[in-house]
Amino acid sequence: MDAIQKSLLEQVADLHEVPEGAYNIRANGQKAARNTTANIDIVTKTDKDGIDIIIKPGTKNESVHIPVVLSQSGLTETVYNDFFIGDDCDVTIVAGCGIHNCGVQNSEHSGIHTFHVGKGSRVRYVERHYGEGDGRGENIMNPTTVVEMDEDSYMEMETTQIKGVDSTVRTTKATLGPRATLIIKEKVMTHGKQLAKSDFTVDLNGEDCHTNVISRSVAREDSKQVFLARINGNARCYGHSECDAIIMDNGVVAAIPEVTANCVDASLVHEAAIGKIAGEQLIKLMTLGLTEKEAEEQIVNGFLK
Amino acid sequence: MLELQHISYDVEQDGDNKGILRDINLTINERFVAITGPNGGGKSTMAKIIAGIYKPTAGRILLDGEDITDLDITQRANKGISFAFQQPVRFKGLTVKDLITLASGKNIGVPEACNYLSEVGLCAKDYIDREVDASLSGGELKRIEIAMIMARGTKLSVFDEPEAGIDLWSFSNLIQVFEHLHEKINGSILIISHQERILNIADRIIVLADGQVKEQGTRDEILPGLLGSAPGVCSALSDKVK
Repeated sequence: MDAIQKSLLEQVADLHEVPEGAYNIRANGQKAARNTTANIDIVTKTDKDGIDIIIKPGTKNESVHIPVVLSQSGLTETVYNDFFIGDDCDVTIVAGCGIHNCGVQNSEHSGIHTFHVGKGSRVRYVERHYGEGDGRGENIMNPTTVVEMDEDSYMEMETTQIKGVDSTVRTTKATLGPRATLIIKEKVMTHGKQLAKSDFTVDLNGEDCHTNVISRSVAREDSKQVFLARINGNARCYGHSECDAIIMDNGVVAAIPEVTANCVDASLVHEAAIGKIAGEQLIKLMTLGLTEKEAEEQIVNGFLK
Repeated sequence: MLELQHISYDVEQDGDNKGILRDINLTINERFVAITGPNGGGKSTMAKIIAGIYKPTAGRILLDGEDITDLDITQRANKGISFAFQQPVRFKGLTVKDLITLASGKNIGVPEACNYLSEVGLCAKDYIDREVDASLSGGELKRIEIAMIMARGTKLSVFDEPEAGIDLWSFSNLIQVFEHLHEKINGSILIISHQERILNIADRIIVLADGQVKEQGTRDEILPGLLGSAPGVCSALSDKVK
């Protein structure tokens, strides 16, 4: 890998060198490196582009990194990654996509990740998106995540998109079995003329399952964001979604909740708060000696931390 | 030393100019000066004018002889003015340590940040990583606000009713904090308060009512009169209270 690809890798996966544990690094549409362990196997798909990640039942405290980097302008790819997580596992999965586009053509990566989470398993899934480049070509990412959770499983999904992605439509669909818990934490910052749309659908099918979909976002300059949270309570369950957004300059944020209780014992809550930075927050930090600009940076950084 | 020279502050109300502050002249060079007086008398407005949050309609403000009237909030903060809000501000995502670090103006370690928290009666390890958001009570926020002023350690610290919103149980602890601050701080403290116990440790008390300085002097000169009859209270109301 070259220096640009290594720097992208650092941005999306905090990786300086090859990671510990299992990994699959994809660079410009090709497999750049792979490692499997006794418990985690990674197999290239034969029918389409992508990989299967197979985690044996009972695998604990292991991690899988599957970063993707694109540094060739004009590359468009759709990749299917399927995770088969056995019963009683406790694993961390880090995925991410970094695009460096200095050409005039658009670079586009669409990752379709499907998770089958086995009974009683705990999964922490971290996904980061990052774009850079000084060309006029756009960086486009359209990730789709499909989650199927078996009974008593727990998944925490953290997605972050802070910089440089011109257009993104994130689609997440989850189905929860009995006593399963899904926590989604999304952080988005857009600037320029960027567009970011998040579309979550969570079906709470099992008795006593639970989801919490939390979005914190900042829309600056002329960027636009749409947050769509659709939660269907189909059993005795608890669902909560929350959109907290700061708008700056001409930024636009739309929060669209859709909570449907199809069962009398379903309890569903949606909260949304959108607004500019409160004047008193700026004043407080200015009385500590910060300029208005520095105060704004601190507030935004803290908000997205 | 802080000097207010002919400070006035008017606001427009129903098409008329209303004088919130009217020709205030004050010099503050003692270590602990308390401002008291009835609600609506102009105390908080004066504090905000000193911090640069409001611009006076007329008059000049001097800090150690330098005219700071036209300086903004940030510039005044950097000249050595700190201001503790009556209603502290909440920040989603910023932690207690973040704010104390910003206040101190340098990258301080956890032990130093913890020192400031301990000074205001908060168990540091429970608070240092907490977000300064709605999960903190009003009383906790007030203490953190005071810890930030201590971390700044500037030559003038202005507190706007630090006792407001503090429960009876925490109050005596707060008094100790100010007694301690009085001994420790290098500069001057200007504190807006209605509390006898705070007025009691002041070197000088200024009574502000109807936008004017009604009286000022040592606590021995002012306090007995204040405790006897509250200035500016209408007679019907005071009769009712009696």
